[in-house]
Amino acid sequence: MTKILKKKQNSQWLDVWMQFKTHRGAVIGMIVFSIICILVAFGPWFWTLDPNYIDIRAKNQGPSFLHPMGTDQLGRDTFSNLLAGGRVSLLVGVTAMALSVIFGTLVGVISGFFRRLDGPLMRLTDLFLALPLLPLLLVMIMLFRDTLRGLFGPETGIFILIVTAIGLTSWMPIARIVRGDVLAVKEREFVLAARSLGTHNTQMITRHILPNVLSPIMVSATLSVAAAIITESALSFLGLGFPSDFPTWGRLLYDSTNFMKLSPERVIYPGLAISLTVLSVNYIGDGLRDALDPRIRGR
Amino acid sequence: MLKYTIRRLIFTIPVLLFISLVIFLLLDLAPSDPTGNLPMTVPPEVREQIRLALGLGEPMYWRYLMWCNQFFIIEPLNIIEQAWGLCWGECGTRTRVMSWATRSPVVDLIIERTPQTLWVVGMSYVVGIIIAIPIGVISAYRQYSWFDQTGTFIAMVGFSVPTFFTGVLLIVIFSTLVPTDSIFWLPSIYDTTHKVTDWDSFIFQIRQILMPVFVLALYNAAQISRFMRASMLDNLSLDYVRTARAKGMKERVVLLVHVLRNSLIPVVTVLALNIPHVFGGAIITEQVFKVNGLGALLILGIEGADIPLVQTLTFIFAILIVLFNLVADVLYGILDPRIRYD
Repeated sequence: MTKILKKKQNSQWLDVWMQFKTHRGAVIGMIVFSIICILVAFGPWFWTLDPNYIDIRAKNQGPSFLHPMGTDQLGRDTFSNLLAGGRVSLLVGVTAMALSVIFGTLVGVISGFFRRLDGPLMRLTDLFLALPLLPLLLVMIMLFRDTLRGLFGPETGIFILIVTAIGLTSWMPIARIVRGDVLAVKEREFVLAARSLGTHNTQMITRHILPNVLSPIMVSATLSVAAAIITESALSFLGLGFPSDFPTWGRLLYDSTNFMKLSPERVIYPGLAISLTVLSVNYIGDGLRDALDPRIRGR
Repeated sequence: MLKYTIRRLIFTIPVLLFISLVIFLLLDLAPSDPTGNLPMTVPPEVREQIRLALGLGEPMYWRYLMWCNQFFIIEPLNIIEQAWGLCWGECGTRTRVMSWATRSPVVDLIIERTPQTLWVVGMSYVVGIIIAIPIGVISAYRQYSWFDQTGTFIAMVGFSVPTFFTGVLLIVIFSTLVPTDSIFWLPSIYDTTHKVTDWDSFIFQIRQILMPVFVLALYNAAQISRFMRASMLDNLSLDYVRTARAKGMKERVVLLVHVLRNSLIPVVTVLALNIPHVFGGAIITEQVFKVNGLGALLILGIEGADIPLVQTLTFIFAILIVLFNLVADVLYGILDPRIRYD
């Protein structure tokens, strides 16, 4: 008897975690992603070689004890470049995700909650969805690169530009999902109850609507980290991302494609880093979707 | 259905005009100077003259109207006239959209580049569909079997690994590690001037198109097979499947005639919706394999700050998206009688 009672006291998040643990891919993804994050965050403290230190006599070396992943055409250490590049790539992914989630949630909640704004905001969303995103991203970067570089310095300027551009072009699916869920939640009885108690709109949204649409937002947020990392790498790969002395995974991949014949393994490391990160994040998103779905969780 | 289609077609006109305005404003209001790439020795007066010659002296609304006129009226007229050898009024002397970098009409450049993009993108889409549909059907029919598990994993990998890495990886394996005289060696650069005249050149064409098509097809197949599987699963549990089985139909007929046909309906619309994005994604693959198609043209225009070229190409991509959205909606109505809009 006590056992049953005790089991029922599990909080909702514990339940979610229990369900999440049963998804093997998600758990492996979580472990891989954590390892990558820890390596990238703390690695440069232990692997103290400067990624921009040029040692021309040690150029194009294969893997050795001094340089576990070899060196590039200027003798820079590939491993420390990879660690430094990972910081930028992950930071871009997370920041762009935050931007697009905030914007998408805002648009979704407003258009789902206020009927008068629904039409215009959803037409705006449709319009953004009809824009060719990758070409527009490239165009935006070409047009604003020099101005922002002048304003904030070469690295910060490009960072702001890329994050904003990715955020501005990826909020639409989140807005649509959130709007649909808000519309469904709005018709439920507890909202009516809260309304009859005299709850204001702001409180209604923050206390009653948002917590109930949190799960789709979380899933979209996870998946959009992966999408943002891919987009940033693609931009860098097309030569329109960060400057070349500022390593990101996409940039490293782009630079090493010129030396494919000479040192083919240099292409593999950054590509593998991008792919592993994106794959693990996608698996986490997959597991999270299952874990947050109460229809699956009960079983 | 016809009424609905016509209504939607009319509705696309304001949408397209609005998108063209957005693209125009983005390019026009941005702080970039078309003379920025010129040498420092060019004096400011000459720069000003160059800007005037490019038509930048006119007010903004006038330039927008000019561009609309050129894009929506002059260029289509020109294409029609060239195709049928006609001549209406002042043919051949109208001001067309000119590229700043190459000094030639933008539309001619685009027409020149389209076939190679269509070949690579179209082939990869067809190959992707041919791979994806059987995989989706089998994974749904044998849900949670080893085939399904492997298919899910491969789809996840195909979806997550960016095309610029798969492409580069294939080049490393098949173009650099494999010796040049081996039959497995594949060229890493797509030669668009290559003409198929005999058997050997045909084989070469196949070899050079193999890698770009495989890279894009893997990415497409990963997505399509997931859609196919989900759609099959939705249908397999429905009552009509049980009825068909109860009537004593062979399993193959139930699966391939009844269920497959019904589950293809949403997949077909997804296929139509994805076509413009495949064109967008091909920009990267074209860059990897040096295919000089539309994507390469766009990158060229962006690097050279060639505003008319970039504007026109971006807008053509936008037209594709709007058009295929319409196609998907209409197809959905035609294929599924339950969803007729009128």
